Amino acid sequence: MAVVATQLFNGISLGSILLLIALGLAITFGLMNVINMAHGEFIMAGAYTTYVVQQAFSHYVPAALFNYYYIAAIPLSFLIGALLGFVLEKTLIRFLYHRPLDSLLATWGVSLILQQMARSIFGAPNVAVTAPAWLDGGLTIAGAVFPYKRLFIIALAVICMVALYLYLDKTAAGRKMRAVTMNRSMASSLGVSTQKVDAAAFAIGSGLAGIAGCALTVLGPIGSTIGTYYIVDAFMIVILGGIGSLAGTVFGALSIGMLGTVAEFWTGASMAKVIVFAAIVAFLQFKPAGLLSARTRSLE
Amino acid sequence: MKGMKRFWGKQTVIAAVSAAALALSGCAASSALNEEKEKPAANTEGDTVKVGVLHSLSGTMAISEVSLRDAELMAIEEINANGGVLGKQIEPVVEDGASDWPTFAEKAKKLLQKDEVATVFGGWTSASRKAMLPVFEQNNGLLWYPVQYEGMESSPNIFYTGATTNQQIVPSVTWLLENKGKSFFLIGSDYVFPRTANKEIKAQLKAEGGTLAGEEYTPLGHTDYSTLISKIKEKKPEVIYNTLNGDSNVAFFKQLKDAGITADDITVLSVSIAEEEIRGIGTDILTGHYAAWNYFQTTDTPENKKFVAAYKKAYGDDRVTGDPIEAAYNAVYLWAAAVEKAGSFDVDAVKKAAGGIEFKAPGGTVTIDGDNQHTYKTARIGEIQAAGQFKEVWNSGEPVKPDPYLETYSWAEGLN
Repeated sequence: MAVVATQLFNGISLGSILLLIALGLAITFGLMNVINMAHGEFIMAGAYTTYVVQQAFSHYVPAALFNYYYIAAIPLSFLIGALLGFVLEKTLIRFLYHRPLDSLLATWGVSLILQQMARSIFGAPNVAVTAPAWLDGGLTIAGAVFPYKRLFIIALAVICMVALYLYLDKTAAGRKMRAVTMNRSMASSLGVSTQKVDAAAFAIGSGLAGIAGCALTVLGPIGSTIGTYYIVDAFMIVILGGIGSLAGTVFGALSIGMLGTVAEFWTGASMAKVIVFAAIVAFLQFKPAGLLSARTRSLE
Repeated sequence: MKGMKRFWGKQTVIAAVSAAALALSGCAASSALNEEKEKPAANTEGDTVKVGVLHSLSGTMAISEVSLRDAELMAIEEINANGGVLGKQIEPVVEDGASDWPTFAEKAKKLLQKDEVATVFGGWTSASRKAMLPVFEQNNGLLWYPVQYEGMESSPNIFYTGATTNQQIVPSVTWLLENKGKSFFLIGSDYVFPRTANKEIKAQLKAEGGTLAGEEYTPLGHTDYSTLISKIKEKKPEVIYNTLNGDSNVAFFKQLKDAGITADDITVLSVSIAEEEIRGIGTDILTGHYAAWNYFQTTDTPENKKFVAAYKKAYGDDRVTGDPIEAAYNAVYLWAAAVEKAGSFDVDAVKKAAGGIEFKAPGGTVTIDGDNQHTYKTARIGEIQAAGQFKEVWNSGEPVKPDPYLETYSWAEGLN
């Protein structure tokens, strides 16, 4: 029984991690149609930001407050990711809208540059982030352990999702963003500054990647290559969920997380990866538009 | 979220699929080894002799391999300061294998054919060594490979200065069976080293009274270990034998601790975690677990005190040494000694002279075994301490004769 509960939890946990890394991409790739291969490096930037904040706290802040560094690191990771995304949009992406293959290659180059920059600044070896003490240990229910870190990441993923939903649905800026993605020329002729909206949307998507990076520091390695571990999964989730559908991204992340953990439990980690990929390919054969296809009346 | 609509453009799909393919392949360059049997002699005219230094300076293995380059360059500098080899200064040609195995083969070929180097120091993963091996054999080059590996290999063109299995894994399994428990769970990255090593461990467990609780592999770079840890919890082993390589170790140990398993519950013995890796994982997570090596930064020899001090002076006080770093450093000295003994840079002459060459290494005396071109090394097991260093808990007393094919172990029959 404990095993079933643990595995169910592991599936949700993996799904929440995947959701965090894919949420930003759901905006930049799903809504804006930009293939940003440097998305993984924004995750990396968030992870290194967390490391820097931790180092700063251990040097300049009273030891009693050290455990709160993580709270400060989350918004800072968002800001650093958003800043990098904003600069990238202004200097490169905006010249490459409607040229997906060019933007693919250009952003891939950017990702290599960012990785090398990280190596030059922080060195090639991994750096260590000590998770705050309040995230150590776990909740034990009937013999099954639910680590606080994973519970925290689930909560963080839910918060990010809800915040994004509220932003897109309830604020003026978010509505403008939706207007531009739905019909750019109409929005433009009604007085929406599409350039400003593009930059803002790209910055938000990149900032979410930063938060994902911050969250991943408590579970995994922090090094210059971590972005490459997650980038394929992130694209898969957005495509599986249905491009342009945020709800689809949520379903995509949860189903890949669940399928991945179940398959890994019965076979092994390598085989599970094969099974997940095969399942996605087979699924897209029958439903090429993804789990929740965003139907549109616009002609393309 | 209603109303978030966007047409699913055909171009986007094509580009997205290409994106995934690109990321998956890691931009693998084609290896294109041609079969011509050239035999470029090392260029030894002039006052210098060129040697190749070929490690991953970028990509996922850069984490470990950059330090090997540093150690090799330091040894070259020391030898040059003492007058060089056969009166010539050594000139290193540094190349980046980029964590990509075909690139290793290409760069090795470039070093041998274009730069005409006398020898090459390089590699870390077994995959990179296997990729370079045919290049060195075809061109009759010389490779010094400095990392512990799975054995079952003995190329006439490679010298192995890291441990083979009977100098690291075999003694550590025996030690675990005697001191920590009979029930083993084997976890490893999914490539040649862990799979071969585990085949050997399973045969040894059978022969020495151990039991196998489970065996699991994860792809290189895997970061979610929650499911594997549930399997471990279900099987309740006494020992986890860890042959994971690279970043996966960080994720595994962090998540193992979160799941409430400490060193007191299950002992983890690793073969790829040295001082450098401890820093990247975090000492609080690793304290109490074990690693098997031939050298620790804390190994107490006069040579090691000098070595550690010189390394820190050259690359910074925050740097640490470790087993592969020491083996890479030794390789340069062993090659120089063999060249001096041969009186020539010629590969065949150096190989012939190499047998029996001794070097007072930081980790104790090492000797080249002329038969299989491996080295005699002292096996050691260390417990990870809170300060990020090892406390040695066992050593073999004297250097162990290398036996890459495990010919002296009856249980290993039929493994190769």
